[in-house]
Amino acid sequence: MQRNGSLLGSSFRFLTGALLITWLVLPLIPLAIWSFAKGWFYPSLLPKMWSLKAWKYAFSDTSGVLDSLWLTIGISLAATFLSVLVGVPAGRALGMYQFKGKSAVELLILAPMIVPGIAVVLGIHSVFISMGLTNSVPGVILVHLIPTIPYMVLVMAGIFANYDPAFESQARSLGASAPKTFWYVTLPAIMPGIIVGGLFAFLVSWSQYILTLLIGGGRVVTLPLLLFNFATSGRNDITGAIGMIYILPGIIILILTAKHLSGRSGAVGGFGQI
Amino acid sequence: MSDRFKIGLLLFPALSIIVVLFFGGLLVGLMRSFNYMPVIGLTQPDLSAYVSVFTDKEFYLSFLLTFHIAFTSTVISCILAVAAALLLRRQFIGRAVVNFLFQLNLTVPHLVGAIGILYLFSQSGSFARLAAEWGMIAGPSDFPALVFDPYAIGIILQYVWKEVPFIGVIVLANMQSIGEDYESVARSLGASRWQAFRHVLLPLIFPGMLSASVMVFAFTFGAYEIPAILGANYPAALPVLAYRHYTDVDLAARPEAMAMAIIIALLSAVMIYFYVRFSRQRVRS
Repeated sequence: MQRNGSLLGSSFRFLTGALLITWLVLPLIPLAIWSFAKGWFYPSLLPKMWSLKAWKYAFSDTSGVLDSLWLTIGISLAATFLSVLVGVPAGRALGMYQFKGKSAVELLILAPMIVPGIAVVLGIHSVFISMGLTNSVPGVILVHLIPTIPYMVLVMAGIFANYDPAFESQARSLGASAPKTFWYVTLPAIMPGIIVGGLFAFLVSWSQYILTLLIGGGRVVTLPLLLFNFATSGRNDITGAIGMIYILPGIIILILTAKHLSGRSGAVGGFGQI
Repeated sequence: MSDRFKIGLLLFPALSIIVVLFFGGLLVGLMRSFNYMPVIGLTQPDLSAYVSVFTDKEFYLSFLLTFHIAFTSTVISCILAVAAALLLRRQFIGRAVVNFLFQLNLTVPHLVGAIGILYLFSQSGSFARLAAEWGMIAGPSDFPALVFDPYAIGIILQYVWKEVPFIGVIVLANMQSIGEDYESVARSLGASRWQAFRHVLLPLIFPGMLSASVMVFAFTFGAYEIPAILGANYPAALPVLAYRHYTDVDLAARPEAMAMAIIIALLSAVMIYFYVRFSRQRVRS
């Protein structure tokens, strides 16, 4: 009886697992097929002819896909770098110290993770116009900091909560200067956090759409904007190819950091925004 | 250097960027929604933008639609995520694959998922073709409208696809750190499987599940690109409507867009309140 039950249970689990796997990959399949299809019209289940045309177009100099790819990488790298720069010290303050008003500070940093971009970006846009920051790459990088910084701070606060500052005071008492102590003692200890937090902050910036659309004013065409334009103009084959290129960094980062991606780390919270 | 000073110095760069950009953006949006902007000569605040928003039928339809999208997506994702987490707690063939795909989905941007759903569920999409192959429909128009539809089914499908892994990963980690001891005790005291789940495990994972759901609700209420790809033209989701008003050639529509942005912000403030409440509970338990 017991055996029977567990056999039934395990085949039920296997079946639901298989169903889940199918559902999870399903939306990506037509994108992948379209990128190799040459005209794929209703009611054909699969393309009658295959071609590399969409990929050739995507990688040609004239299509602008590569320019957009480099631009997106540049913007996301810059946003990540700035987030690390300001997120590490803030994470240290929140992870290592108890102070008056700490929960208020945490609330301030949490708010941008929950309030949608559209709610703040309209106001920012009307200020950025007068500062000449609209339609420009620096403006887009700045506005990407709104979702990336809270995320970086959260990850670093988690790292610093488990960090022992005694090593720093030992280094100082042995005569190391403050910058040397930071470089040789603190930095190596928190490096894993910076790498994981930085990679995920990169992905958060990588996936921004409405912030880039409004502040970039259609002049700063990052990959998601290009993807949206092709998707709504019905060029499904090129949409497929750009879509595949667009999800690649996420897959690479996942393979690099899979073991850090448990729901227990604060890191996962940031994925609510991607 | 006193600790107080040091903490202030450490927090200053991050906080000043967030305060200036985020809260500054909100404040300017709020002022403009009241037609108040002394720098450009608007010194008489009024409620005209709110009056025209609240007397516009499209706004109410749009608000209801957006609420329906956010609420339905969150509830369905939450239930399926708990079921998936219960499944992933056990050993079975293919578990590693499901785990990997869960994490993979976390990294795929919503926009890509939305395009995938469009290609799957549109009237000439993969499922319509399957239905035609099996002789269930004669032409594309026989296939039920699942995208650009008034019930936002396509949008909800996309959110469920993306958010089940998000809530699932958080709930699963929660379950793993709780362990199975409490449930075994309940079972050995005579509780049925359902009772052990309903009265022992569920209350334990509830705060974590709710704080993840609050994030999902706020996101799905305020996201632009997904309803822009998959949604009907009228009524459009609130963020799409706000964007349309903001980019309208008639500049007078801008304060109305700001008013809608403020309404979205107010709703997310309520969400933050719940998030903080639930995550405090989680810390306490």
